[in-house]
Amino acid sequence: MEPHPPPPAPARRNFLAQAAAAVIGAITLVIPAASGLLVLLDPLRRKPAGGGAVFVANLAAVPAGGEPRKFPVLATRVDAWNRTPDVPVGAVYLQRLPDGGVRALNVACPHAGCFVDYKAARDNFHCPCHNSSFALDGRVLDPKSPSPRPLDSLETEVRGGTEVWVRFRNFRAGVHEKIPV
Amino acid sequence: MKPLDWLDQRTGYRKLAHEVLFENVPGGARWRYVWGSTLVFCFVLQVITGIALWFAYSPSSQTAWESVYYIQHEMWGGWFLRGLHHYTAQAMTVLLAVHLMQVVIDGAYKAPREFNFWSGIFLLCLTLGLSLTGYLLPWDQKGYWATRVATNILAITPFVGPELQQLVVGGADYGHHTLTRFFALHAGVIPGAIILFIVAHIYFFRRHGLTPKEPRRRPDAAFWPDQVLRDAVACLAVLAVVVFLVVRNRGAELGAPADPSEPFPAARPEWYFLFLFEFLKYFPGGTEVWGAIVIPGLLMALLAAMPFIGNWRLGHRFNVAFLWIVLAGSGWLTWLALAEDRANPDHAIAVAAAQREAQRVVELARSPAGIPATGAVTLLRQDPLTQGPKLFARHCASCHRFDGHDGLGGQPKDAASAADLKGFASREWLAGLLDPARVATPHYFGGTKFKNGKMVKYVREDVAEYGPEDRKLLEFTIAALSAEAGLKAQRDIDRRDEALIVQGREALVGPRMNCADCHVFRGTGDAVGPELTGYGSREWLVAFIGNAAHPRFYGERNDRMPLFGEDKVITPGELGLIVDWLRGEWFVPPPAATR
Ligand code: FES
Repeated sequence: MEPHPPPPAPARRNFLAQAAAAVIGAITLVIPAASGLLVLLDPLRRKPAGGGAVFVANLAAVPAGGEPRKFPVLATRVDAWNRTPDVPVGAVYLQRLPDGGVRALNVACPHAGCFVDYKAARDNFHCPCHNSSFALDGRVLDPKSPSPRPLDSLETEVRGGTEVWVRFRNFRAGVHEKIPV
Repeated sequence: MKPLDWLDQRTGYRKLAHEVLFENVPGGARWRYVWGSTLVFCFVLQVITGIALWFAYSPSSQTAWESVYYIQHEMWGGWFLRGLHHYTAQAMTVLLAVHLMQVVIDGAYKAPREFNFWSGIFLLCLTLGLSLTGYLLPWDQKGYWATRVATNILAITPFVGPELQQLVVGGADYGHHTLTRFFALHAGVIPGAIILFIVAHIYFFRRHGLTPKEPRRRPDAAFWPDQVLRDAVACLAVLAVVVFLVVRNRGAELGAPADPSEPFPAARPEWYFLFLFEFLKYFPGGTEVWGAIVIPGLLMALLAAMPFIGNWRLGHRFNVAFLWIVLAGSGWLTWLALAEDRANPDHAIAVAAAQREAQRVVELARSPAGIPATGAVTLLRQDPLTQGPKLFARHCASCHRFDGHDGLGGQPKDAASAADLKGFASREWLAGLLDPARVATPHYFGGTKFKNGKMVKYVREDVAEYGPEDRKLLEFTIAALSAEAGLKAQRDIDRRDEALIVQGREALVGPRMNCADCHVFRGTGDAVGPELTGYGSREWLVAFIGNAAHPRFYGERNDRMPLFGEDKVITPGELGLIVDWLRGEWFVPPPAATR
């Protein structure tokens, strides 16, 4: 193999050529990179569907004793290009209140989003992931619980005296404040 | 010119081969130098098996689980391929830890090898990134819930958390774009970066040479053949362990398809992330960012600073001690997590339920109907065997029991106050109802106001007095009434006893049994108690649970039974699922031999 002759050192007055090479090189990369980045960032502008009140259960299905019962929330689920009506998008615990109203708690744990369980024997909620525990009204029970806030309560309305409607939404996990996502 | 000379002149391959194979190994070949090579081997294995899996995998929320199921259960050797990929990933994590330990203990991280060390740390992070992204791809419950927790933790990153989460998840909710993104990362971006960093890592390694373990026991030797042989044997050993695990466990696990509305209390991350999972339990509300981000970040920073710390007089000892402490701490946390789950009966129930559903969905997927275009999650949502017990526990178990429990094996708060419905309308169940000793127990009418009703009185007074002749007739009547239900489990005996059932039907309205006194049967009788025509059949049960206070059933004397259909307590679909489950109507796979 013959050795390559060393290239001559670039002359100073080549500055223009160097600058032009750098700029042109950058332009050829910027356009594909920017168009890729744009699509990559698109999810930032997607908003969750819903937020309106949905029918969840009949009042008769909620135990009269005030014991919480879990119900799936059916709504239209939008998954990128698919729109599916009437599928479960989450779940709530419904409880009757002494004043005749209904309390709804989102089952998602405010710590990191696992579903909490209602423990009939202890009459409270417990998260199977990192052991947060909550009272029936959603308050954090054990101060050592990793959950930063009570279970998220949702607005409810009893329509026509029989139908429980809930304004279903999810909230950001891991923070003190209840911020809808 | 000879052909090889020609080739060498054109490509320079001899020099390259010489450089690759005749690298100097100071102090001769040793077993402790094999770890880097085993890692390269694992990576190559992952690339090969990963590409093969790629040919069959389809990332979307309706096809991800389905395509993995197809690989696992239908394609030639699919379970083995997937198993190799799964267990090699785990082997890689273990080998990374060993390699890191060996490098630190031997002092191979010190100047001038800083970049070698840093590129290694980066490779470690990239490999963990592969695990994290790969865990979601089957889109089963386990991967789905573990990823939900992981990405929610990502969201507490200061300043950019929520945006970061949204970018990773591919929108506001988990779905198609979560999969396409995780897949692009798992199969494209991260492996690409790994290849770049492996090249850099090996380049730095060659530049500064191997760090010999003192004292040197033998004279220096070339990499080829002694060290290569040791490396090859080590790779073979790794492969043997992986293959053993694959065969013993029949490949990698595949859970039930992801369902955002189905809680998954068995959710746990992959075992080598368990220490982080356990660590989070010790950070009460709002301090999570310390456990999830700050402390792990500091530990990583300390790791990266090792080459500098190593310059200090006691630095090397500090580094080695630090690494041992981190490893021991992680091991301890992992053990705590496992011990807590082992001691928790709820966790055992959750794991058993998860396994049951995983198995069931495969049965359904293999049924003649197959997987619908809406995905396998529909199979479970419409399966009476899966949904029946859950619906029973939610709606029926506050009064009724099923074989003594709430349908799912639990015990409701209040004692049973209505009949146990296991085997409802079967001959056995009816024989108990018509048994003077049992009719008024909580198993039947004991908990209801019918405890003192006409039926109980009839059984306790009239039936109790029956002679042998009447008992025979009663048996026929029970067979006839039970045949009305057309239960799947009794199909054979119903057919066998056809003649006897005809006699039973006559007896039912005849003067001895005289059921028609209070019940309507096939057009005869008085509608005081529930109608007996089609008793226990699907139509009868749907109508009964839908409206027990209908004149056809209890009418005004209905005792606390909610009007499930009439009051829209449950949907017609749910009602059908409960009824089918009570009647034992669900898909049963044919015995293995006939498949
Ligand atoms: S997700 Fe509930 S405690 Fe962590």
